[in-house]
Amino acid sequence: MWFLSIININAGIARHVAEVTREQPETTSSPQDSDRSTKGSIAVSWGLRLLSVGPLLILVVLAVVIGLLTPNFLKPGNLSNIAAQTAVIAIVAMGQQLVILTKGIDLSVGANLALSTVIGGLVFQATGSAPLVILAMLLTGASVGAINGAVYVFGRLPHPFIVTLATLSICRGLALELAPGHTTMRGMPDIVTFIGGEANLGLPNSFFIVLGVALLILVMTKSMVWGRWTYAVGGQPEAAVEMGIPVKGVLVSVYAISGLCAGIGAVVLSGRTAASSPLYGNLLELDTIAAVIIGGASFLGGRGHIGHALVGAVMIGVIRNALNLMNVGVFFQMIAIGVIIVLAVEADVLRNHLEARARVLQAARTQ
Amino acid sequence: MSAPAIRPVLSVHHAHKRFGAVHALKDVSLDAYRGEVLALLGDNGAGKSTLVKCVSGVHALDEGEILLDGDSVSLHSPATARRAGIETVYQDLALFDNLTPAQNFYCGRELAFPAWLPRPLRFLSKRAMDREAAAVLDRLRVRLPKFDAPVALMSGGQRQAIAVARATVFARKVVILDEPTAALGLREARKVLDLIAQLRAEGNAVILITHNMEHVIELADRAVVLRQGRKVGELKPQRANQQDLVAMIVGAGA
Repeated sequence: MWFLSIININAGIARHVAEVTREQPETTSSPQDSDRSTKGSIAVSWGLRLLSVGPLLILVVLAVVIGLLTPNFLKPGNLSNIAAQTAVIAIVAMGQQLVILTKGIDLSVGANLALSTVIGGLVFQATGSAPLVILAMLLTGASVGAINGAVYVFGRLPHPFIVTLATLSICRGLALELAPGHTTMRGMPDIVTFIGGEANLGLPNSFFIVLGVALLILVMTKSMVWGRWTYAVGGQPEAAVEMGIPVKGVLVSVYAISGLCAGIGAVVLSGRTAASSPLYGNLLELDTIAAVIIGGASFLGGRGHIGHALVGAVMIGVIRNALNLMNVGVFFQMIAIGVIIVLAVEADVLRNHLEARARVLQAARTQ
Repeated sequence: MSAPAIRPVLSVHHAHKRFGAVHALKDVSLDAYRGEVLALLGDNGAGKSTLVKCVSGVHALDEGEILLDGDSVSLHSPATARRAGIETVYQDLALFDNLTPAQNFYCGRELAFPAWLPRPLRFLSKRAMDREAAAVLDRLRVRLPKFDAPVALMSGGQRQAIAVARATVFARKVVILDEPTAALGLREARKVLDLIAQLRAEGNAVILITHNMEHVIELADRAVVLRQGRKVGELKPQRANQQDLVAMIVGAGA
């Protein structure tokens, strides 16, 4: 299972190397050179093509294996259950994905989500207005994110680790302080419980929220100038400055969106539980980072897309659910997720190594 | 193709630049013409990089002026220099490893629509950018194994070629190349030299910084030699005066 996740991480690069290799004769100058480099690159290419089965396939394999081990796993009720449990991780992981894309990290998402639910809960108690509750949660999330980005960029911090660690502490403390009795508040407007807690077409409504957020981010990253800039900033920040990209603005917007995703997650979670709590989102930052990395994005930035965050989130959801069904304890689940993270990061290193190898082969070919 | 025009496209007049106590440029003047490769020579610390950084907007001159097509210009940032038509390819290439050649070409100046939206929210005209980039690479005879692979997967020479080609697309006046062959193998360096010759043939003014005398003699129409911040010579590099050129660079017999 762990091995498989390494495979999926190399899928993207495998495709490119495979393509590069196929095109080889076009640029070959001497038959002898070509012969030598062909053997090397065919080995690399075939190895990688084998690996390029894709994260989705691994997920399917995982599901089939678990399904054989525990018959309850593939029942519609359980799958719908997984979808509902995964929704929050998936939404917040998509924001985290953008941050990691720019060589950053957002440790505050879990605490931000908790604070957002508490603010939402307070607004509900004060006004009872559903639109205001939702707005309050989204606004809280986005504001905390924007503050993260602004402090990181304009405070000229070398890395966002510290600032988001600080906001983690601040948000969690603020949430606990603001929540009456420092604990869970019951009650959420109907619209919110509809979004987070009910189902349609056999799928939880939160699943459609995930879909909507994914589509929006997909369009923004792949079709809009903003997305191209985000990839550029993640790929080579210095070059982005030289090319006149407003790097600071891009970074602040990325953190703001990550915060907004935490706010959306807050709506979904408080809807599912019909409550708000300063204790929500505990270790959510780890789950989302794990999802992004397991899904196959590069921890070093510049590479990865929304699909990675989604597949990673579902994989975490599936593994947790399966271990639950098999009566494996929560503590072992934590160990398991930790081990996967290490393997996934190691796979990222491996990918960079393979890329260097591809470059050498490419140079050999032009000689 | 076109012979050097009468009027220089770029002129630097009596440039001075100081960094604290260090007088990096002392009264340096030079002209660059369209359809000409101007080699900028000098030992390490001679002031080549400083001069180039002044022309490309990284540093501002303390004294002296820079003229483009005869008009005095103030180049206070790399972006201004770019807008004025001066493109510089530094040794780090400023390429985005995770983007394809076409994406690299247009990064920071994407073709996008509709115009009434703020720039970041506009939609990319991907096909137009791919088409344009492919056309330029084709024209410059840059062969790439795969047009839609990230440049991380390409060799040093191919990357250099992409960076140079990108510069030529947007350079309306001058292309500055900072040691474009330094990190390359023999054959890859050859391809980049061919590319520079091609740029000249298309009527660009090319300023070439290099330590490779062979390349200078082969390619440069004119060479300007700097030493300790001063211009110590200007001549047409040829096999016959190679020794003079080297003597000027190291300061022997001066």
